[in-house]
Amino acid sequence: MNDGMATKTGSKYKKMTMSPQEYQTYAKTREPARSVPQNCLRAFLVGGLICTLGQAVQDFFAYAFGMTQQEAGNPTVAVMIMISVVLTCLGIYDKIAQWAGAGTAVPVTGFANSMCSAALEHRSEGLVLGVGGNMFKLAGSVIVYGTVAAFFIGIIYMALGLEGH
Amino acid sequence: MHFLWAFLVGGAICVIGQLMFDVVKLTPAHTMATLVVAGAVIDGLGFYEPLVDFAGAGATIPITSFGNALVHGALTEYYRDGWIGVITGIFDLTSAGISAAIIFSFLAALVVRPKG
Repeated sequence: MNDGMATKTGSKYKKMTMSPQEYQTYAKTREPARSVPQNCLRAFLVGGLICTLGQAVQDFFAYAFGMTQQEAGNPTVAVMIMISVVLTCLGIYDKIAQWAGAGTAVPVTGFANSMCSAALEHRSEGLVLGVGGNMFKLAGSVIVYGTVAAFFIGIIYMALGLEGH
Repeated sequence: MHFLWAFLVGGAICVIGQLMFDVVKLTPAHTMATLVVAGAVIDGLGFYEPLVDFAGAGATIPITSFGNALVHGALTEYYRDGWIGVITGIFDLTSAGISAAIIFSFLAALVVRPKG
């Protein structure tokens, strides 16, 4: 029995059905090679640019409303999220994300992107069950683990009687 | 000058995320959860605020700052209100990010037709 690819002695036609494993290995040989350094460079450039844009927004808030850099941080995050949602709606964010990998995923804009695309994707299931129920599908793990970690760190501070910062 | 540091530090944190994707082979969800917990622990050790002073948006825009803000809110209220502050303060500072993401995403879902 001749599974998968045709052998040299067999017919010149390839067997058209592959097992999933064969397909996986075949697809891997056909994928364009993306080297780790190249991915890292892209992530660095795009992630750095997003943070630079954030810095510009933060400076604007600091300058226009006389806030300290610390105070300007929160409205900056809100503005960046708004930009990210708009770009997600236009389908632009996901195009950049394909190129930039973690460069678009790690900034807070990626968090907003995951919520917005989940909301759009499940819109057809209704506003409550679809949008409401699925918005945190991807972003939920960030909130859950962040909150639990913050809770335990608070408990540790309490137990050790440490001073705050 | 602070734009340069924002670029370099923000880019570097994204490279760490990319390495977790490519080398450690974590899913995006695992990577983000790990980065948030890392940000929380770093703030617990007291190192995140100096990084923010140094790199500005380079430290506040990556998702690690979300963990930092959660811990910060919890600790601030803990010192103001006692033990209950650990629970009541956690979302104090992250409100902007979470509320904005929920509100804008919801509005987007109301008006936009999904792409692709």
